[in-house]
Amino acid sequence: MSKTIVIDGKVIPFEDGQTIIQAATAAGVYIPHLCHNPKFTPNGSCKLCTVKVNGRNCSACTFPASEGQNITNISEELNDDREKITQMLFVEGNHFCPSCEKTGNCNLQAVAYHLGMTDNHFPHFFENREVDASHPDVMIDHNRCIFCTLCVRASQQEDGKNVFAISGRGIEKRLVVNSESGLLKDSDLDVNDCAAHICPTGAILIKRTGYNVPIGQRIFDHAHIDTVALAAEGASHDE
Amino acid sequence: MTNKKVKVATTSLAGCFGCHMSFLDLDERLVELVEHVQFDRSPLTDIEHCSTDCDIGLIEGGVCNSENVHTLREFRKNCKILVAVGACAINGGLPAMRNHISLEDCLNEAYRDGLGVENAQIPSDVELPLLLDKVHPIHEVVKIDYFLPGCPPSADVFWKFLTDLLAGREPSLPYELVHFD
Repeated sequence: MSKTIVIDGKVIPFEDGQTIIQAATAAGVYIPHLCHNPKFTPNGSCKLCTVKVNGRNCSACTFPASEGQNITNISEELNDDREKITQMLFVEGNHFCPSCEKTGNCNLQAVAYHLGMTDNHFPHFFENREVDASHPDVMIDHNRCIFCTLCVRASQQEDGKNVFAISGRGIEKRLVVNSESGLLKDSDLDVNDCAAHICPTGAILIKRTGYNVPIGQRIFDHAHIDTVALAAEGASHDE
Repeated sequence: MTNKKVKVATTSLAGCFGCHMSFLDLDERLVELVEHVQFDRSPLTDIEHCSTDCDIGLIEGGVCNSENVHTLREFRKNCKILVAVGACAINGGLPAMRNHISLEDCLNEAYRDGLGVENAQIPSDVELPLLLDKVHPIHEVVKIDYFLPGCPPSADVFWKFLTDLLAGREPSLPYELVHFD
């Protein structure tokens, strides 16, 4: 008999070594997240996947599933917290969806839709962040970086390179490029690298492809992120 | 239920009037709407100031100058329900993309140093409202009751929102109508 956890009253099997989010995804239960991707080592930084495990808040992407866990995933309190976290991400960067190529295909935007977020609530930082358009095929718009480290992990774990890193701490945190000049053109990033395609927002974009799919026909224009994520990540988990 | 019409006021602050144009995309539904709604202060009526008993205020655009602040406060004072309409009202939008550039640099680029500028001078007529150093979302200035995202929100968004309110329901937008772009 397999071991089980309970999420929102639903009994879900797990294998030893699985995190809560891995077990949930395999069972078709969506837990909101941004920095988690089943292909890479968990990072636990965005905190959107925070669930209550036997009454205590835990990150579902890093917390191991174990027998006897009674988990709350969907509650007004948890979703309110998730909405506030998402709003803080929006005001910390400069996320102007109407002028962003990624709109409609953006996980940050889609999570906001999922949580019913219609405003940013907090005062905006309106910080000046740079754009690095030096690379012939890939550009970085730091205005939209949420420091999820997916590009960092993808470069190291999938591409066998080390193109990206996060420098600084707290509010001083920045995505940096591993090259002498600090510019993307002097790094060994290739347009076919996983790291160039993994960004959940519009911070890392492939040049000359932004409007190949018209607005209105994009992933999240009609599909909810829970369906999209479960289809993609459930499949990835089965591999 | 009485036959008294609901008073709606609208304005565009630092916006492009795109949200108002989208509102007009209600087309023939406008005929049905005016059965239940009377427009107060609005670019559609040219009424200059809000009546003291407006029910709904629709605000397009962010706050970029002193006049915007006064207008927004007048709406808050006179409207029972105040609504942020569109991306610029909600997060400053495109005008707020000047926020990381100093106001002095903005003015110099536009009126003095920019390409093709003739008779270069910074406008300083006393009639002109003073620019704020940053463009602000309207919720940073007054309390906002509802937000209609979109650039612009589609006519269907206005329709769903207003018909919900008119029917006494808590307004709610289905997934297909919520867009930040």
